[in-house]
Amino acid sequence: MVNKTEKREIIARRVAQELQDGDVVNLGIGIPTRVVDYIPEDIDITLHSENGFVGLGPAPEPGKEDKDLINAGGEPVTIKKGGAFMNSAESFILVRGGHLDITVLGTLQVDEKGNIANWMIPGKFVPGMGGAMDLITGAQRVIVATEHTIKEDKPKILKECTLPLSGKGEVDLIVTEMGVMEVTGKGLVLKEYNPKFKLEYIKKKTEAELIFPADLQEMN
Amino acid sequence: MKESSFAEVVEQIEPGMTVMIGGFLAVGTPEKLITGMINKGIDNLTVIANETSYPDRGIGRLVVEKLVDKVIVSHIGTNPVSGKQMNNGELEVDLIPQGTLVERIRAGGAGLGGVLTPVGVGTKIAEGKEILQIKGEDYLLELPLRADVALLKAWKADRKGNLIYRKAARNFNPIMATAADKVLVEAEEIVEVGKIDPARVHTPGVYVDMVFAGGGDGE
Repeated sequence: MVNKTEKREIIARRVAQELQDGDVVNLGIGIPTRVVDYIPEDIDITLHSENGFVGLGPAPEPGKEDKDLINAGGEPVTIKKGGAFMNSAESFILVRGGHLDITVLGTLQVDEKGNIANWMIPGKFVPGMGGAMDLITGAQRVIVATEHTIKEDKPKILKECTLPLSGKGEVDLIVTEMGVMEVTGKGLVLKEYNPKFKLEYIKKKTEAELIFPADLQEMN
Repeated sequence: MKESSFAEVVEQIEPGMTVMIGGFLAVGTPEKLITGMINKGIDNLTVIANETSYPDRGIGRLVVEKLVDKVIVSHIGTNPVSGKQMNNGELEVDLIPQGTLVERIRAGGAGLGGVLTPVGVGTKIAEGKEILQIKGEDYLLELPLRADVALLKAWKADRKGNLIYRKAARNFNPIMATAADKVLVEAEEIVEVGKIDPARVHTPGVYVDMVFAGGGDGE
């Protein structure tokens, strides 16, 4: 059994391997935020913060917080040397205009056609989309970083999302504690799997039709 | 007259107005103006802002005091009171993708008839909106937003209303400065004309109607 902390670590560690030197990246709230802990030291990644800057750095030391410097989740952060502030219009010019290489987000549901639903459960949970829809539509590459199921059994990776969509056909890659799945024209391809889980089990926990390629690899 | 007293500035805000308020999760929000509105009980407001912040900070305080009838925002999740009032039917909530929200405000301030964005195509956001095909791609026509007043928070202002924002407190402020009939600014500090290098101005004073010195947030 893999516990929640381990799951999150597996996912964040694997997503970090997708980043390439020079990429401009936005990391969403939750598991995506933790990707930053696993970025190899020999590559230079610029993190974007929707509230208006690039060069997002780690949390400040306690007592060194700046009232005017938070991330999009409201937490105190720092800005790295070479970073830059911008207004909200420019922040989203960066997002929509093709200047953001990768966005990593969590989700409520994702499906085999690359549809994603992560902004509301009608009648129950209506927080709003914040910048998520712009990020999903605008980023060059959309990576979903999520636990494979909802509370151990309810599938999250579906044939078709049932909740209101945040973006249609925009997802490129799904990384969970069980594996790495790529959205392709043929369907959802399981490119890598975590050997801690049996393939039959992964299949059972995925509502979407998984394609097992000949070159299926173990997740690192 | 640009430099004004706090009372003169609050005087401009009236019940029933559509009000743009700068800030992102209360960073870059004019807290003293919000306190002024609460003390005068200026109600029936329509608020255009990024989100409704937290119950005890920024725009969230106006919601908690039930001074707001409608919000046009990208998110309400950090303020449980907003969700509760929405479910009770006390608060009308119009949720808009953040980048679309700021572009609609920009269009309102820039004299444009709207903007075309791919964001929201194929989702609930597209319902009832005109879709235009440009070079084979679908775009939603999103209409401009304007307000009666914009309430902004600057770091430094000069007596002509030229503004500099501090760090991530810039966010929506410079865009909202262009899109309201009256632009009211709470600056931490007001300096003499000439003290701000023209090359460093974020919002030219021509957009600003009134500015008062509000000091720091005391945080």
